Amino acid sequence: MSQLPLLNVDNLAFERDDDCLLNNVNLSLNAGEIVQVEGANGSGKTTLLRLLTTALQPSAGTIFYKGRALAECRYQYLSDMLYIGHQPAVKLTLTAEENLRWMVNTEAGVKHGSNADPHGIAAALAAVGLSGYTDVPCYALSAGQHRRVALARLMITTATLWYLDEPFTAIDKQGVSFLECRLQEHLDQGGAVVLTSHQDLTLKNLRNYSLSSQAGQVT
Amino acid sequence: MPQSTNSGFSAWLKRDLLLAYRRRGEAASPLIFFVMVSTLIPLVLTPEPTRLAMVAAGLIWIMALLATLLSVEGLFASDYQDGSLEQLLISPQLLPMPLLGKITAHWLTTGLPLTLASPLLGLMLSLPTSGYLPMLCSLALGTACFSLTGAVGAALTVSLRKGGLLLSLLVMPLYMPVIIFGTATISYAIDGLNWLPPLAVLGALFAASVALCPLAVAGALRVTSAH
Amino acid sequence: MSWQWFHRLGSPRWFYQTSTRWLPLLALIAAAVLITGLVWGLAVAPEDAKQGNSFRIIYIHVPASFLALAGYYIMAIAGAVGLIWKMKLSFMVMKSAAPIGAALTFIALFTGAIWGKPTWGTYWVWDARITSMLILLFLYLGVMALQYAYHSGDAASKAGAILALVGTVNIPIIYKSVDWWYTLHQPATIKFTSAPSMHIDMFLPLLVMIVGFYLFYAVALILHTRSEILRRERKTAWVRELVEPRAGV
Repeated sequence: MSQLPLLNVDNLAFERDDDCLLNNVNLSLNAGEIVQVEGANGSGKTTLLRLLTTALQPSAGTIFYKGRALAECRYQYLSDMLYIGHQPAVKLTLTAEENLRWMVNTEAGVKHGSNADPHGIAAALAAVGLSGYTDVPCYALSAGQHRRVALARLMITTATLWYLDEPFTAIDKQGVSFLECRLQEHLDQGGAVVLTSHQDLTLKNLRNYSLSSQAGQVT
Repeated sequence: MPQSTNSGFSAWLKRDLLLAYRRRGEAASPLIFFVMVSTLIPLVLTPEPTRLAMVAAGLIWIMALLATLLSVEGLFASDYQDGSLEQLLISPQLLPMPLLGKITAHWLTTGLPLTLASPLLGLMLSLPTSGYLPMLCSLALGTACFSLTGAVGAALTVSLRKGGLLLSLLVMPLYMPVIIFGTATISYAIDGLNWLPPLAVLGALFAASVALCPLAVAGALRVTSAH
Repeated sequence: MSWQWFHRLGSPRWFYQTSTRWLPLLALIAAAVLITGLVWGLAVAPEDAKQGNSFRIIYIHVPASFLALAGYYIMAIAGAVGLIWKMKLSFMVMKSAAPIGAALTFIALFTGAIWGKPTWGTYWVWDARITSMLILLFLYLGVMALQYAYHSGDAASKAGAILALVGTVNIPIIYKSVDWWYTLHQPATIKFTSAPSMHIDMFLPLLVMIVGFYLFYAVALILHTRSEILRRERKTAWVRELVEPRAGV
């Protein structure tokens, strides 16, 4: 039985201020696959990710989720998707534990109306190396630690599609291999990832997608 | 087909209240401004009670307006800077309810304290006794309108640096009907007339704001934070 | 078929070329109507019984007020069309309409002040009409300031359009509130115009002036939009061809 691709990007184009930032973007993603978007700075990598998250509206083209256009299944798509951008969305006056609980509640609350499991949260924070910092307000943590709080979300999320913008910034070598492990785990469980990074990754089913700096042509 | 979900209103309301509580020094500054500036009034006008009484109602309203303007810029600023706003905009929930939660939290931490502090100011500015209840009712509704309309301005200027002054310019004309009917409520009462009609108009403005402002804020946020 | 027409209308190049053909004629008609109205109103119409010759300022004041308000709605509609149909030309019209409307509002206020001096002995009076005009000026300035604050042209246009629409909803509320506020504090004595009770000899030139102002507004809006088109489309081939040959001559 042929499975519809999880994500299908058809002829996507994006224009802003009469400048064509992206053109002719075609991309297809199945469960278990990971796409690494490459390109020089300013070639539109972050723009592409933001188009995928619907934060931006494309000027042309359509995005399909499980065969249906986004306009028809926006709710299901957004419930099944996770985005971690340049900013980790961490409130400084809340502790690491409270921040993570909020992120999980927002996701879970949308799906089940339930509260996050506290053990899961503690375990997730321990996994990213923040076990001693659960009750520390985030203004006392470094930028790298803020990143780790955001990445802890990846330990307990139920989203299938992960969109990660430069997830390896501000984390050390140990963190890099940890994140790679987690990504592999997610792919093995049937998830899919689109990420931008300059890092050389050793993951199965990795495809590269290049955006040249002129109008995002496929190279 | 959406499953049964919460709308996000109470979640965002509780979180913003918690955040304000963690920064309670900052959250209290509009209230402090409100009270401090009222001590300037007798210094610049006159300490005479009868003359103060004539201007008391209007002055309290202007100070409430200014205090709200000072604080409304912060409604989306912190969420915009740390990426929380971005996450809200891509969440599956419909935007107006979480936004209404945030705006309600803003009113609970700004407008409501101002309203509750206003009798103190009424005392200091020799407001006639008949004006106290109308002042409380009109300020409660009026500051809520200020928060709602101010949120539209805050959404339109969230990605600008030094957006605060521009925000005030944008939002000031929209505040005028509220302030007209708000002060009229108090004046009517002081003059012995029935003060419920202008209060009713204020209520209508409030109802319209609750219905329409979250939609305008949602539209504005999608436009301005995309850039 | 009709949508083709609609989308052609949205092409800046089409607008520029069509207006190049029709603008001179339109400007001529506008000038003719304005001159007729001015001469008729300022020189030919009879003197007012109470105000003497100073009432003649209404031939500029009233049309300016009408256009100031109408101009805001035109700006807001252009913004709405741009938001709904994503038409760039519509946003350019909206951006051009703002300073024209603001200038007309200022003219209305200024001429109102000039009228005020001989009539009430003071340049500024807080009457309902003038106060509403002042608030309208602030609304215009807000839309202009918001658009200038954004570096990105797209964000500026969309934010400006949203603000213009919010203002549109509020204008009737503001006008009514100010009207009501004014009646609280001052009985209505002199009204700026009470058109039906005006003598027909004074009313007709006023109508001419109103029509003339509408035509003038159209000319000014088209001129302003044309320069905005040239600025926005400066990188395209057709604009460069327009500019280069002339520079060579």
